[in-house]
Amino acid sequence: MSDKAPFTMEQFYKNINQGKLMAGKCIKCGKIHLPPRPLCDNCYCKDFEWIEVASRGKLLTYTVIHIAPTQFQSMAPYVVGIVQLENGSRLPGMIKCGDLAQIKIGMNLTMDFGTCQTTQTWPQWPRYNFKPA
Amino acid sequence: MLNGKPLASIVSAGLSKFGKLEGLYAREIFADAAKEAFDRCPKMDPKNDIQAMYVGHMGESYEHQGHTGATMADWVGLEHIPATRTEAACASSGVALRTAICAVRSGLSDVVLVGGVEKMTHRSTPEVTEYLAMASDFPFEQWNGMTFPGLYALMATAHMHQYGTTENHLAMISVKNHYHGSLNPKAHMQKEITLETALSSRVIAWPLKLYDCSLITDGASCLILTKPELARKFTDTWVDIIGSGQASDTIGLYERKSLTSVAAAKIAAKQAYEMANIKPEQVDVAEVHDCFTIAELIAYEDLSFCGTGKGGVLVEQGETKLGGRIPVNTSGGLKAKGHPVGATGTGQAYETYLQLTGQAGKRQVKDAEISVTHNVGGSGATATVHVYRRG
Repeated sequence: MSDKAPFTMEQFYKNINQGKLMAGKCIKCGKIHLPPRPLCDNCYCKDFEWIEVASRGKLLTYTVIHIAPTQFQSMAPYVVGIVQLENGSRLPGMIKCGDLAQIKIGMNLTMDFGTCQTTQTWPQWPRYNFKPA
Repeated sequence: MLNGKPLASIVSAGLSKFGKLEGLYAREIFADAAKEAFDRCPKMDPKNDIQAMYVGHMGESYEHQGHTGATMADWVGLEHIPATRTEAACASSGVALRTAICAVRSGLSDVVLVGGVEKMTHRSTPEVTEYLAMASDFPFEQWNGMTFPGLYALMATAHMHQYGTTENHLAMISVKNHYHGSLNPKAHMQKEITLETALSSRVIAWPLKLYDCSLITDGASCLILTKPELARKFTDTWVDIIGSGQASDTIGLYERKSLTSVAAAKIAAKQAYEMANIKPEQVDVAEVHDCFTIAELIAYEDLSFCGTGKGGVLVEQGETKLGGRIPVNTSGGLKAKGHPVGATGTGQAYETYLQLTGQAGKRQVKDAEISVTHNVGGSGATATVHVYRRG
């Protein structure tokens, strides 16, 4: 265990910062956790291995946010969706696509990795988003 | 198991006016609801009879005030009794109700005051949007700019894609609930709207528009629960709670198996119906969690008022309007009555109490005997369903 990075969300975002989409795979039952968790919710095992997940998937559903929380107001309107990755894991994220009319359920997407831009103390996470493949 | 045996009895209930209650603090609004409940039940001496309090409240951010249990007890003259706050986002007081039922059933408390409160309208819309979003997953949903309307919009898009539900169906729910609200003197909005108004309103989170969204509202609600054997001591007109269900789910919507139903609500409904020993067809009137029109449409399906994917047809046929087969949200719902989030769960129970005791005025459902309330927290990580029978 000691040589492995912890299976936490903090570590997930450290990996994103390096352009890698990494999941935790339970040693005991094989369940893949994306985002990773330190306790397998299936078999309660605490032993995992890191696996890299292909950052390609399909759009399951989406919305166009017009009324945004304070910190996102300058970006509105923007598209947020749920993406099913090729390995079956799902992630929510912004869909960056110049033409709104192009956005369709089932469209192929690929992930863009951001780097941490923030100067605030917490959280110091990068943002990822999806774009048409 | 319980087979319809009462779990607890509602011997009184109170509701503040719902709306923009300028200059009033949450505790002052709660006191207003409690006063109505005390006045309705003259045989009860609140200071001697009420043994515990449970209060649903979602956000400290609104008033920079936490510690809601004790605060409310203080303002209704019930300091010294155990007073507990429950928080489960928009299901905070549905969970308070469930908890109060447990307290009564356990024998620890014979008489309990249960309610909820939220004061929201003094904050700007972006601030409220941000506070409400706190009920969703932070590291992935909020971090990526998700909002509450946005989460329900994701379900709406999926439902439209899978079942052919339309923006028209959603607008019909809004028109219906505004009509019901026009009959409720305590509703935040008491005017009818047209389908065109709903459809042409500005987009909040496509496909949801302004008239698909519940209102930012101030308000409080409460009930007085007793052991069933004690109901008669306090009143001649009471309502028995005969079924209670509560369930949870993943905090992130993105991890749920279905994006077109709320699994926690389906599980809670099954528990509540089984406990009450009733079939969904026996329900005379229901209050469901229409934080967004799509949420009401999905609730029809999760509560088995219609088949999966048939929610749009149910509203189109007028079945859920007053006079229909199963009137839903006779109060105006969260859409028109308003949605002071912490007050909503017991606010729904208040409407059910009025309906089953024949006190619902112009919106009375004739001979209503069995009702259901359905309260959802967040995008569905918590749900409570309760079944009631005229006492």
